[in-house]
Amino acid sequence: MNKKLATLALGAVMAAGPVMADLVFPSLSYRTGPYAAGGIPFADGYADYFTLLNERDGGIGGVPARVLECETGYNTEKGVECYESTKGEGALVYQPLSTGITYQLIPKVTADGIPLHTMGYGRTSAANGKVFSHVFNYPANYWNGASGAINYLLDSNGGDLSGKKIALVYHNSAYGKEPIRTLETLAEKHGYDLTLLPVDHPGQEQKSQWLQIRREKPDFVIMWGWGVMNQVAVQEAANIRFPMENFIGVWWSGAEFDVQPAGEKATGYKALTFTGLGDDYPVYEDLQKYVVDSGKAAGAGDQLGTVQYNRGLYAAMLAAEAVKTAQEMHGTADIDASMMRDGMEALEITNAKMEALGMAGFGPEFSVSCDNHGGPGLVGVVQWDAAAGTWNPVQDFKPTDVEVINALIEEDSAAYAAENNISQRCE
Amino acid sequence: MFYREAGDFKTSYIDDSQTFPIKFDRYRYYVVLAVAFGIIPFIINDYWANALLLPFLIYAIAAIGLNILVGYCGQVSLGTGGFMAVGAYACYKLMTAFPDVSMFIHVILAGGITAFVGVLFGLPSLRIKGFYLAVATLAAQFFLVWLFNRVPWFYNYSASGQINAPERDVFGIIITGPNAPAWATYLFCLIFLTVCAIIARNLTRGTTGRTWMAIRDMDIAAEIIGVNPLKAKLTAFAVSSFFVGISGALFFAVYLGAVEVGEVFGIQKSFLVLFMVIIGGLGSIFGSFAGAAFLVLLPVVLKLLGVDLLGWPTDIVAHLNLVIVGALIIMFLILEPHGLAQLWRVAKEKLRLWPFPH
Repeated sequence: MNKKLATLALGAVMAAGPVMADLVFPSLSYRTGPYAAGGIPFADGYADYFTLLNERDGGIGGVPARVLECETGYNTEKGVECYESTKGEGALVYQPLSTGITYQLIPKVTADGIPLHTMGYGRTSAANGKVFSHVFNYPANYWNGASGAINYLLDSNGGDLSGKKIALVYHNSAYGKEPIRTLETLAEKHGYDLTLLPVDHPGQEQKSQWLQIRREKPDFVIMWGWGVMNQVAVQEAANIRFPMENFIGVWWSGAEFDVQPAGEKATGYKALTFTGLGDDYPVYEDLQKYVVDSGKAAGAGDQLGTVQYNRGLYAAMLAAEAVKTAQEMHGTADIDASMMRDGMEALEITNAKMEALGMAGFGPEFSVSCDNHGGPGLVGVVQWDAAAGTWNPVQDFKPTDVEVINALIEEDSAAYAAENNISQRCE
Repeated sequence: MFYREAGDFKTSYIDDSQTFPIKFDRYRYYVVLAVAFGIIPFIINDYWANALLLPFLIYAIAAIGLNILVGYCGQVSLGTGGFMAVGAYACYKLMTAFPDVSMFIHVILAGGITAFVGVLFGLPSLRIKGFYLAVATLAAQFFLVWLFNRVPWFYNYSASGQINAPERDVFGIIITGPNAPAWATYLFCLIFLTVCAIIARNLTRGTTGRTWMAIRDMDIAAEIIGVNPLKAKLTAFAVSSFFVGISGALFFAVYLGAVEVGEVFGIQKSFLVLFMVIIGGLGSIFGSFAGAAFLVLLPVVLKLLGVDLLGWPTDIVAHLNLVIVGALIIMFLILEPHGLAQLWRVAKEKLRLWPFPH
């Protein structure tokens, strides 16, 4: 008995004692609730990439990566709890995949000195590194997305949108409201009419919005949706026979599960993207070999190659590359959060780098700098083919209206700086 | 043996009508206060404050507020989330309009504004009751959330429609914002909870509380014996909303720091606070504390057990949490409809007889 107790105590001491150095990547995921459809593949991709690095390369720079998963359910209160419970473990970077949680975390991570990477979501004006020292949203943000959608419509309409009617169907939250300001500014520039149609959380109820669309017959519908809202919107659009090729979703509204429930009728639906499609990349062979075949895949392991899985993979790849950059900069393999921040600010993604990783053409080339935390904002467009069950690219990564966007970013971040007494960096 | 009235002689009316007539209870109360004020602030860290203690303290204030309305006055309300939103937005507007004023004053004023709004929405209670009143307060819930989402003035025209708490202090100690130390936010909320609980306790055992309970038990009989239903119901709505408003202001300014009204103060918040009151015990101040503690701690404890100790997948634990909370609510309703407070009361009765029960 005594021996047993002693063994137990020893075990407890060993478990609680200092473990070997590792790189901690908290994953504030959501595998439950109305947004789980998008949360699961993203979290799987994020975890699998680090598993791959551990299994194939023995970690990053010889130091193993550890993914700490914490379920938020897309709920901000749980997000705060997750943040507080994981930050003490030496967290290097937070990626909450929720604009609401991002807003909570921006002041907290800045005070705690931990970087926050909100890839294609979060607070758009955080692209201004002069004000937001610890927040990054490369390679593209919502305002790039809004402008990218309008640019695509301009291109496909001979460069003229004046007099056209565009409706924005959006999730009535901080996330959905982000593009409004850009779309309004662009409406003045290009002369289209903008109708705003908010959809309340969680988004199952959209009858009245689509009734309004049927009545007012807008030429184009743009959607900022997430989770169950996307499926309902695509179904409703099909029900009122809205021409699908005139319906464009943001990148969070363009995954397989968003369009599959509507069946054949969803063919032609378009979505924006900033990452590659499918599993036709060399990295997937390694994933199959080191992660899937050895039974180490996260979750059910059935999400490989889907749109949001690729985003999770891409986010993990950017984090791992930032770690490598930080390791080179500081000459140590076991980096901490402040070194990670430096690495993210000096991150450079080139085609050669992506090719070496087996992810050639997976995302745009870009580099981050002290005053630009947002990257180049290149946006591509993809289209759904229900018969084949695939997304097909219809427009390659293209630049957006940075002139308009940068002015807005400057304005919004200046307001934030004034509100919080932040002095500008990078001078 | 220790827990009994015998031998504890009262020689003045003040002694006779004190809150805790039993000596053991009184000392326990002082010990709890001493630990809460004298020990916890020195050992608290960010995790304990933000994950457990702040939500407990703030939900306890909300539960006391709702308990006054539902438990003491018998007016069913589903508008708690909406009233908390009023407190939060009032606090935000005050904080940004008068940056130099102390946070104490902002929070109390936010409670006052909520009390006013609560009285407005309480007016229908003079004509309708029961389920119909619940529906009327449900309307308040949806209307208020819609209002704060719809009118940009409330969120100072920010692009995202969110409100963010700027850094504010009390006597030079930062209370809100990311740089606020854990002990300061904890003490700030604790002071509010202590004062609210003392006020609520003394209101409910005085004339006001007795008129509320008379209305609750039978409003026609109460009116015949001279209770003014207009005054009783509206004071209940005012006091209840005042507490709920304070909790909403603290929830936004001290705990979360950034709020999106539809998500944070939606209908599920109203239900959560109502569950706290039901599980804790209707018509009991202690029950409000117990219910808040139970529903705040349970998910965290389950997560610690399931994910950190047993290493289960996070989604399984999140689903189990829903199952267990649901099962517990049903169990409580069947086995102990008067909530945790009744268990406590029974335990005290047993203690009085211990060690020689009949």
